[in-house]
Formats: sequence, C-alpha cells, structure tokens
Amino acid sequence: MLLLAFDTATPAITVALHDGTHVLAESTTVDARRTGELLAPGITAVLTAAGRKPGELTGVAVGVGPGPFTGLRVGLVTARALGDALGIPIHGVCTLDVVAYQTKIEEPFAVATDARRKEVYWAQYTDRFTRSTDPDVSHPSLIAERLAGLPIAGEGAVLYPEAFPKAIGPRHPSAGALAELTIRRLQSDPDSLLFPEPLYLRRPDAVEPGTRKRVSTG
Amino acid sequence: MTALKDSPLVLGFETSCDETGVGIVRGNTLLADAVASSVEEHARFGGVVPEVASRAHLEAMVPTVQRALSDAGVTLADIDAIAVTAGPGLAGALLVGAAAAKAYALALDKPIYGVNHLAAHICVDQLEHGPLPEGCVAMLVSGGHSSLLFVPDVTGDVQPLGQTIDDAAGEAFDKVARVLGLGFPGGPLIDKAAREGDPEAIAFPRGLTGPRDAPLDFSFSGLKTAVARWVERRERAGDKIPLADVAASFQEAVVDVLTRKAILACKESGADHLLIGGGVAANSRLRVLAEERAAKAGIRVRVPRPNLCTDNGAMVAALGSELVRRGRTPSHLDFPSDSSQAVVDVVVR
Ligand SMILES: [Zn+2]
Repeated sequence: MLLLAFDTATPAITVALHDGTHVLAESTTVDARRTGELLAPGITAVLTAAGRKPGELTGVAVGVGPGPFTGLRVGLVTARALGDALGIPIHGVCTLDVVAYQTKIEEPFAVATDARRKEVYWAQYTDRFTRSTDPDVSHPSLIAERLAGLPIAGEGAVLYPEAFPKAIGPRHPSAGALAELTIRRLQSDPDSLLFPEPLYLRRPDAVEPGTRKRVSTG
Repeated sequence: MTALKDSPLVLGFETSCDETGVGIVRGNTLLADAVASSVEEHARFGGVVPEVASRAHLEAMVPTVQRALSDAGVTLADIDAIAVTAGPGLAGALLVGAAAAKAYALALDKPIYGVNHLAAHICVDQLEHGPLPEGCVAMLVSGGHSSLLFVPDVTGDVQPLGQTIDDAAGEAFDKVARVLGLGFPGGPLIDKAAREGDPEAIAFPRGLTGPRDAPLDFSFSGLKTAVARWVERRERAGDKIPLADVAASFQEAVVDVLTRKAILACKESGADHLLIGGGVAANSRLRVLAEERAAKAGIRVRVPRPNLCTDNGAMVAALGSELVRRGRTPSHLDFPSDSSQAVVDVVVR
C-alpha cells in the first residue's frame, strides 16, 4: 500500500505518504492564501523524500472539510484529478474527525476550526474516534453555552478564547494522522469513508436581482 | 524528440469564468473541445456568481477531461504537455483549474504551462486559420474583456494598446438586455432582437470618441446608462418600447466604436491583420462591420468560429502547443493563479 493523504480545509496545507505501516514523509505549511501554490509541490516533496513515484500510489485520502471553500476545493479537485490520472480510489474524511483523532484525551470534547466571518466549523465527540453531532457552522457565542466545560481542539479555541476557554491541541489537522485514520477505517469500517465531496455547510452568497434600479433622477 | 516538438499533444484547461473547458490539440490541429457551462445556474442572478461558478468547476472537472479524451480518441498516457489558464479571471474559479492541471501534470510527469487567458484567446485562431501573422492586432471583446493588443509574438510579446476604462463590451450587452427584459446572457439575445430593428433609429453616444479622449481605450458605461434613461423616459410617458430599434441602435453604437478603434490600432501599429476574439466576436453585426471597414483600409480580418471565440480549453491547449514548439520554459508546479494577470505576462513561472 502507498497512500497519499492531504488536507486543505484549514490554513494548514498538509501532505503525507503512508505505506500501510508507517508515515514515510510529511510536509505541512500554514499559509491559507497559497493553497493553490503549495499543495502540488508538497505532494512532489513527500514522494521525493520517500523515493517513490506517483505511479506507485495505491490510493488518495483527502480531508473534505468543512472549511473555507477556495482552499478546500483545491484539495478536492487535486484528489479527484490524481484519482482519475492514476486510476486509484479516493477516500474522503471529515477534517474535524482528523483533528479529533489527533487529540490524545479520554473524555468527551469538541473540535472547532476557523470558518472566517467570525464563525467556526465544529462538532462534538464522545472520544477521539467517535463524532456525536453532524458538523455545523456557528458563531462562537451561540454555542459557547452548549459546549461549556468541554475541551476544544482546533484553531477555533485559539481564535475565540472567551467562548472556548478550555483549548487543547492540535491547532490544525496533520496529513499523517489523516492517513492513519483512513487506513484504520479501510480496515474496520470502509463505509465510513466519504465521497470526495466538499462539506460546504454554507450556500453561495448570491442575491437574485429585484426590480430594476432607476438610473435617472429627473 | 523533434517530431514531438513539431506537433505536441497538449491538454488545456480553462476555468477563468463560468465555463469548465478542457481541450486537446496536436500541433495546430484541434482534437477535442469539451466545455461544461454553469451559465444556467447564473441566469436568475443576471450575472456570473463566482462561488456558484467555482462549485460547478469542481463537479465538472474530471468528467470534462474524460469527455475530451474520448472525443480526441487519446489517453492521458499520450499527452506531451499540459496548459492551464493562470489568469486573469475569477480568483476562486482559476484555482480549481490550476489545481486540477497541476495534479494531472504531477501524476503524468509532464511539463505544465500556466498561461494568460488573453493570449490563449488570440492563439486559438491558429487552430482555424493557421500560424498567426507576425505583428497582428488583436481585439478581445467579451463579458470580461475589451482590449486592443499588438501581438509581435503570442508566446512572449503581447503589448496592450487600449482597454475599457469601465464596463467590458459584453457586460454592456448583458446590462442592456436586462433593461429590455430580454434575459441573460445578453449578447446573442440583443443580436437577435437587433435584426428586426433600425440601427439608426436612436442616436446613442459613442464613448471616448472625442478629440481629447484616449484614442484606443473604450468606455461602455455611459452608453448603458443612456439606453436605460431612454427606455425609462418612454415608459414614464406610457409609450411602447420599440425593442428591436433600441437593440439595433445600442448594438450599432458598440460595434461602431469597436471597429473604428480596431482599425485605428492596426494603422497606428502598421499591422495588416486584425484578429477578433472573445464572446462578442460572435456578434453578427460586429463581424460584418469589421470586414467592411477593414477591407477599405486594406486589412485582413481573422475571426475564429463562435465556439472557439467564447472561453474554452482548446484555446489554452493551442497556446500550450505553441509554447512547446517554440521551446519555451514550462512553469514550476508552485506557479500562482493571478486574477488580474497582466497581458504582457504570457506564461507564469
Ligand atoms: Zn475570455
């Protein structure tokens, strides 16, 4: 097995290569505005570091968000194109689940990531493998009470300490963890892997024009 | 290797606006031109909604590549190089095409060229009329652009002569079509309505044609307002709007200015060929008037067929093919998309 994993749903552009036993190489850069520039070179970098060729890949794991749309789409279209070009399967995983998997705690918690516009993408977990709510997007103050007392992983806790005082790591997902989680799911519960469809959770901003505006005053 | 360079098989991606275009060319021969358009999803908004376009690009990308390959009767393994629009265009939309193209290039281990959309609009005519004459003038007119360019070398030397200072020509068509209640996109609808009308019925203004105006720049915003005012005045008076006459007179005002300035650009730069591209190049009156005026000035007009004038992947593949043949350096995998890419930057490296 040679699994390529990446996630672009947060400011971290993270890429890893996994052989079924170990993470062979990992590369992470935090720069939300350059996802389109950094992802492809990141993939080449992990392949080169491990001395492997694209043609040896047996699958792609990709974080499907939720996350800001532009960066998220870069990851998903890259996964779909690689899957098409190499004839290999693509496995989607909720990005919040990757962050949850990276926490090392035993008690219930929540994950919150930056959704911009003063909102967070979030979900609750009973343990690091088990999500108990659907991912959602909310203003931190509106969910602070509901999540009161829970440790919060992800950048949301760093950005909104008033709403989420109990911040725990990690801040961003890691592609090495994404690869591990994907392999676990492939072995134990393949149906839990998702199609490479973005979790947008928001509709596009678009307004249908009303009646025509007058251009003249007189 | 020489044979490959003479007629490389190039896969081109275009996602700068609402068309997901994937084209395949071998040398100057068009093999496939697959386009998936999200235009219907934008119609009710009266214009392209960037986020709607970006979402549609993601969904259409791989199916459009597969359609292009099957139309061309080739496989990905046959491809020699990849080209993709790096800019200008809608930022989020450009990124989807660039990311897809980079992924294919990476997987196939082939060179990639991040190219200028406007240069691609020019180069596409090679697929129809053969190699471009050295030093022609190109006029690109669409919903997104209105430019006059001097083109000594489409792979490396494209010089801006003039452009719109406000609305693009195609934008004016869309806005006037809305004023007249014709629908979106406006270009073909106005063209059709104008056929029954009198182009001299109403004297609409010709923007930037005064003695002190920039001779090769355009302005269509005043014209659009003038049409809206004229229609409102009629409506207030309770008169019926002569749709065909308004459409024909508006269209004549646009086309008159475009062709006048295009011929002037040819004369000033000593070019004996005028190339017209972009969606508005499909306008029937523009084609007729350009031919008429160019003939008088001893200039030859080249206009690709309508489906090569609008945004498509074949134009990007055509430019990619020319870049390979001229031995130009490919882009690095980390090249940026640039929504406001200058026309002088033909390839982003
Ligand atoms: Zn265009």
